[in-house]
Amino acid sequence: MQTKFFMKGCDNKKMEEMIRLQGITKKYGNNLIIPNLDLTIYDGEFLTLLGPSGCGKTTLLRMIAGLDTPTTGKIYLDDEDVTNKPPYKRDVNMVFQHYALFPHMTVEENIKFGLMMKKVPAEEQKERVAQVLYLTQLEEFRNRRPQQMSGGQQQRVAIARALVNNPKVLLLDEPLGALDYQLRKNLQLELKNLQRGLGLTFIYVTHDQEEALTMSDRIVVMNKGVIEQDDDPDTIYHYPNTRFVAKFIGESNFFESDNETLVIRPEKLNLCPEYEDEAAEKTHPEPGYYGTVVDVVFYGTIDKVFIRLDNSNQTVVAYQYFDDVKRWSPDERVGIWWYAKDEVRVTR
Amino acid sequence: MKNGKLMVAPAMLWLSIFFVIPLLIVVAVSFAGRTPYGQIIFEFTTDNYLRFLEPLYLQIFADTLIVAVITTVATIIMGYPLAYFIARLPKKWQQPGLILVMIPFWINFLIRSYAWVIILRTQGVVNTLLMKLGLIDQPLQMLYNDAAVMLGMIYALLPFMVLPIYVSIEQLDLRLLEAASDLGASPLTAFRKITLPLTMPGIAAGTILVFISSLGMFVVPDVMGGAKSALIGNLIQNQFLAARDWPFGSALSIVLAVMSLVLIILYYRALQSQEGGKADAKDVA
Repeated sequence: MQTKFFMKGCDNKKMEEMIRLQGITKKYGNNLIIPNLDLTIYDGEFLTLLGPSGCGKTTLLRMIAGLDTPTTGKIYLDDEDVTNKPPYKRDVNMVFQHYALFPHMTVEENIKFGLMMKKVPAEEQKERVAQVLYLTQLEEFRNRRPQQMSGGQQQRVAIARALVNNPKVLLLDEPLGALDYQLRKNLQLELKNLQRGLGLTFIYVTHDQEEALTMSDRIVVMNKGVIEQDDDPDTIYHYPNTRFVAKFIGESNFFESDNETLVIRPEKLNLCPEYEDEAAEKTHPEPGYYGTVVDVVFYGTIDKVFIRLDNSNQTVVAYQYFDDVKRWSPDERVGIWWYAKDEVRVTR
Repeated sequence: MKNGKLMVAPAMLWLSIFFVIPLLIVVAVSFAGRTPYGQIIFEFTTDNYLRFLEPLYLQIFADTLIVAVITTVATIIMGYPLAYFIARLPKKWQQPGLILVMIPFWINFLIRSYAWVIILRTQGVVNTLLMKLGLIDQPLQMLYNDAAVMLGMIYALLPFMVLPIYVSIEQLDLRLLEAASDLGASPLTAFRKITLPLTMPGIAAGTILVFISSLGMFVVPDVMGGAKSALIGNLIQNQFLAARDWPFGSALSIVLAVMSLVLIILYYRALQSQEGGKADAKDVA
């Protein structure tokens, strides 16, 4: 169940190491942000650092960019120790959370900046700028100033400005955080397609679990500077290693026993009436828990049924699809059962 | 809207009485003649303005411009690093830093000028010290020359350069510098390509303040420059007090005012062309 499919979508490529973080710690004053962290990132993968704010994911990204330095530990980029190299000497580029576009330059000048710094010949500059303008559909805006553009367009400029340098790794710090829901959805797909098309290594920082699940080849879930789990999205969702992961990604129900906790996703909980017709053929196992429906909330594709368990104050939630015969209503008595294959055990 | 106009009426009245009317009087006097004893005769003449074109006065005007330009450039060169330093101090040290820049304003400017005289004169602090240390036998002549005037001007006007530049540096989004660094710009290049252009408005505001103030300055040349160096400010002062030639003094004042006005207009033009982009942004959205 723990098989790792890091390279989904590009498994014909060899898994070459691109970045290696070794024994990274970070202290701000007496504040230990990252206690001790190792992580390897492979060439061509879309890796997401996922966690709540303050978990150290952005600090980690900034250390890879060179904007922060680890207190101890080493950072290797393509087998070269870059730990003490300043950002302007590293072959990585970053898409900043609030874009950080230069307000006194046009879109084209913004994009050209990195190439000018690297003294790329003028002819080649023109060519490469034209390429990314096409790629990001910004051709008609090339002479605009960033302030004259919408958030989504500015986002595209920020991506174009980083991509044009052909970096070994593209770092993205919550790049879609400031955009509205619909636009975010569209850009998520665009970004994913872009990454696949170019075969570039992306390191993506977000606190949005849905975003992480839809875009990533691999997700590293972080909490308090520690890696909680490092797996492909499927494994992360279906087989969380820890309580934290189960709680942070999607909804979960926890059933405690003496030394372990059972985690069961709401869509895996099945409901049945408390007393079933004796005559009816038993098609499922005996319910493990009984309870009373407290609330039913309509979510379009599903009903969320909230149930208070007998003999405890715990409330669990079950998703009911409408192909099920019965729709539940509050105060009904209900039995809860699940298949053994759907339970996940976590110990911490 | 009608009420709004009424509300500004007192301010307009105040402005007219204390600003517009005196200005009109100066304009009127600048076109008037005078008796040999200094009495003003109201007859229309442009003689006062034509007199300004005499080589002697043009020379003074040119000297004034040169001093103003040097003062402005020197305050930029000295003020920018100071403003930068204060703006990059930890937040709690910025306020004290600014107060240190402004403290001299609490003391009358004339007194501060005389303080310089005490420091620089032949039996002054510096000369006494150097003589006691045996570094010099003869006191140095540090006062009553062009260098002394420049020193006094730069000292007096430096805060006017530091404050606007400080504001523009303080407002600069540091993430832009991170972005520049990420895109391959060394700290020096990032300063040249990002910090400097984006803090230009501060430099421009400081330039206007310092340049215009130094054009009209007469205390410093008077106190620290001695009789030798006369700038246009001193010339105007002399016309009103010593020569009792009010019409000529008024004409000189108007010339100076018009020049300052032209500079301010140029400044706003430059500012508007920069912000023109922002106005367009609203059309797009």
